Amino acid sequence: MAAETAAAHAPHGAVEHHEEPNYIAVFIYLALLTAAELGVYGLGLPKTVMIGALVALALAKATLVAMYFMHLAMERKGLWIVAVTPLVIVAFCYLMLRPDLSRRSWASHQENVVVGHHEEPAEVLPQIPQGKALSNADQPADSQVGQPNAAPASGESAPAAAASPAAP
Amino acid sequence: MSEAAALDTHAEGFHDELEPSLTPGNSGKLGMWIFLAGDAMTFGAGIAAYGALRWYNVNWPNPADWLGITLTAVMTFILICSSLTMVEALSGVQHGNMTKMRSFLGLTVLGGIVFLGCQAFEWHHLIWGEGLSIKTSLFSATFFILTGFHGCHVFGGVVYLGTLLLGSFGKQASEHEAKLVEVAGLYWHFVDLVWILIFTFVYLI
Repeated sequence: MAAETAAAHAPHGAVEHHEEPNYIAVFIYLALLTAAELGVYGLGLPKTVMIGALVALALAKATLVAMYFMHLAMERKGLWIVAVTPLVIVAFCYLMLRPDLSRRSWASHQENVVVGHHEEPAEVLPQIPQGKALSNADQPADSQVGQPNAAPASGESAPAAAASPAAP
Repeated sequence: MSEAAALDTHAEGFHDELEPSLTPGNSGKLGMWIFLAGDAMTFGAGIAAYGALRWYNVNWPNPADWLGITLTAVMTFILICSSLTMVEALSGVQHGNMTKMRSFLGLTVLGGIVFLGCQAFEWHHLIWGEGLSIKTSLFSATFFILTGFHGCHVFGGVVYLGTLLLGSFGKQASEHEAKLVEVAGLYWHFVDLVWILIFTFVYLI
């Protein structure tokens, strides 16, 4: 049986020697794809198109590196399980985060203040700045830029404005 | 016979019962792949968190207003070049040419050092020139965490490959040497792969 196995298999060899891929060609593709990325970046395309193209180019480059430089294309197919598992888990992780990240969480951050405010009695209306101060505590400073209701509130809006970094 | 066929993946492993079936003959390679899978999840968690924090965040600055795209494009190219020199080093040792292996391994280490130099320059400019810190904003926090974690990997790679290079002096080309270089190469290419993604997600988009 051992003899059969040996015969059925490549002449001995603890190590499987793969056909060497054309490394220079892979390198040239990577360089061209990088140039293409910079081209897409500089074209001033609509944002969605640009992001789609850039992500596609980056994934193409990453695939080239994994397949040919890391020899995934030439390894046993089972190794794909090891390579792909983290991608699945990361995709899962991201998709689990997404539901919490609709527009309301950032663009109309003001909503959070209003919700908190509704729980208070009507006569405490002028205390909106307190709600703001609370929300400042758990929100990064840079999400505070441009809150429409900040101005009519009392003097507390000044420190809030000062806390936000200079707009780039 | 049919049993032998069924156990195909073990066929070459009769001399070593611990032979990994996924990477026959090189258990270090399987070990490195599993390590990299774990590392990929760490990077992936960082990138997913970055994406989640940035998505719909109307206050996110345009990265190009803060970051130098030209410098990073050069850094990307340097890492791609160092990946090429890494596979050439592997090709050298697999063909019994230790001189080629050492030269290209040296070039790979050099590429890593130049990359780190560029990154140090960039960080110095951002921290002392622009006054950014990890506490400034979500933008700066995710930027420093992602590029810093990657920079640590490049530093680790420089040490790893440098040790391999120094240890190779006075040794003949052998299957063992080739295995060591191939496993180290996996790590280095992974670091390159992650940078490709960071360059796109953090700098370009």
